[in-house]
Amino acid sequence: MNLIRASALTRRFGDNTAVDSVDISVEPAEIYGFLGPNGAGKSTMVRMLCTLLQPTSGTATIDGLDILKNPGPVRLKIGVALQDASLDPKMTGRELVTTQGRLFGLRPGEIRRRIEELAPLLDMTAFDDLVGTYSGGMRRRLDLAASLVHNPTVLFLDEPTTGLDPPGRLLVWEEIRRLNRELGMTVFLTTQYLDEADELADRVGIIDHGRIVAEGPPSELKRSVGNDVVVIRTNGRRDEVEAALTELDVVDRVDSFDHEIRAVTGNGARALSPIAVALDQAGIAVSELALRTPTLDDVFLEVTGSHLESEEP
Amino acid sequence: MSAPISARPAGFFRDVQSVAIRALKQLPRDLEFVIPALAVPTFFLIVNIGALQDVANFTSIEIDYKAFQLPVGIVFAVTGISRASALVLDIQDGYFDRLLLTPVSRRALLIGLMVSDFTLVLGLTIPVTALGFAMGVRFPTGPLGVLMFMFMGAAWGVAFTGFPYAIALRTGNPSAVNASFILFFPFAFMTTTFLPLESMTGWLGEVARYNPVTYLLAGLRSLFVGWEAGELVKGMAAILGVAIVSQALAFSALRGRVRQK
Repeated sequence: MNLIRASALTRRFGDNTAVDSVDISVEPAEIYGFLGPNGAGKSTMVRMLCTLLQPTSGTATIDGLDILKNPGPVRLKIGVALQDASLDPKMTGRELVTTQGRLFGLRPGEIRRRIEELAPLLDMTAFDDLVGTYSGGMRRRLDLAASLVHNPTVLFLDEPTTGLDPPGRLLVWEEIRRLNRELGMTVFLTTQYLDEADELADRVGIIDHGRIVAEGPPSELKRSVGNDVVVIRTNGRRDEVEAALTELDVVDRVDSFDHEIRAVTGNGARALSPIAVALDQAGIAVSELALRTPTLDDVFLEVTGSHLESEEP
Repeated sequence: MSAPISARPAGFFRDVQSVAIRALKQLPRDLEFVIPALAVPTFFLIVNIGALQDVANFTSIEIDYKAFQLPVGIVFAVTGISRASALVLDIQDGYFDRLLLTPVSRRALLIGLMVSDFTLVLGLTIPVTALGFAMGVRFPTGPLGVLMFMFMGAAWGVAFTGFPYAIALRTGNPSAVNASFILFFPFAFMTTTFLPLESMTGWLGEVARYNPVTYLLAGLRSLFVGWEAGELVKGMAAILGVAIVSQALAFSALRGRVRQK
């Protein structure tokens, strides 16, 4: 049975369709990455699935429970860390986690046990300080810990590492992996970071303008682009470049996007030299020629025609 | 190995308790909110008595003017005191969403805050009453009269909280919540704050007749005369009437806020 299932889920705000007839299904113990640029509809999707926002149309279930008909039981199953760490700066970390535990019906002993279990995620030296004194990373980790206090079946993380420094990101990544590996927790993760989706997700759904434009395991999605990509930036005419490259046997496909031309090839190392020679012979001035393996950005570029312009941390 | 911990509904009363405990723990961290609640009534009590005590001799006031003014001090201390400002910050910070993501009873989110408000305003009546005692005010109704005096003051305070909560939940705007203080003025000044109803003439006297605070003050002042059931009942009815209106507005605003929009 799918732990998360959405069918034709749609949300409109006036004339703007933030989420447009999205179908997804997430298996138990899966990490599902919802990747897309700012404003693509990721947060709206999360807010609908975790019962904060009513869909305009469509249905969704969490562990078989309809989000509209059974919002209360759904809330018992889910843990949610929203995009902006939703914390009260005038509470201490301990008070915040304890209040969260009480509202989820945990007894005092259970809350103490959970705090001990969550200690690796928390900065226990500052646990009795006011949240207002915490750094961004500490707030994020406290937010995550508060979302986990009741041992949810499904964890929703809306851009969990936005604003974190690299060590903070790694710590959160490691915790997500641990929760998934050791507890079998299902994780629905939204992100605008390609590497985050690539590193963590078993499957990725790429969303753009409210619609899922590609879905699958990251490796399969990247393979769909090709084995290797040679990226060419030139001030010359694009049609001339395309013409020069299309004639080469080593090039499988040529795609043009804005100022960038990508030559997809089965063997980048072998193709690089012929490509350089062909461009030179055609009299095309090249400003950049780079070989790399496909990324999720290439997938995004392929299906949307534009880059996933993420603000890298 | 211990059993795995899992979530379950905590129950309405535990939800109320959890929300109230959180709000009460925040009070010492919000002294900028508590101190004016004490300073304002103290100021008005002293100034009103100092300025008007002699004038009051020409009116029909049956009790000492200090006793006449003490209920005004209580009303000034408790009216508009609520966690509405904190609630609106919760909405802005996203903490309110965090609460909505739990199985907490939605009504408990407001009732818990009001439990905390009742504790605070009851606490605020203590120094104001003590100030009255220090000025020589005495209760012929005895300790029970003192308790009734404080309870009615606190009940009025909570009855009024519905207005700022309604504004906080409807707007989610701190400025609007701060501006809700304006509501306090017609209630507090277009009534028998300075003079008894019989001495008030013209439109102000007419307005005061319809102002529930007039009957609240009369009920509180009656405790300086003796146990006058009629005045107390009218005072409690005034509190109840305001409570019904303000709380209806507040819970309607809560329903609007928590509805999955």
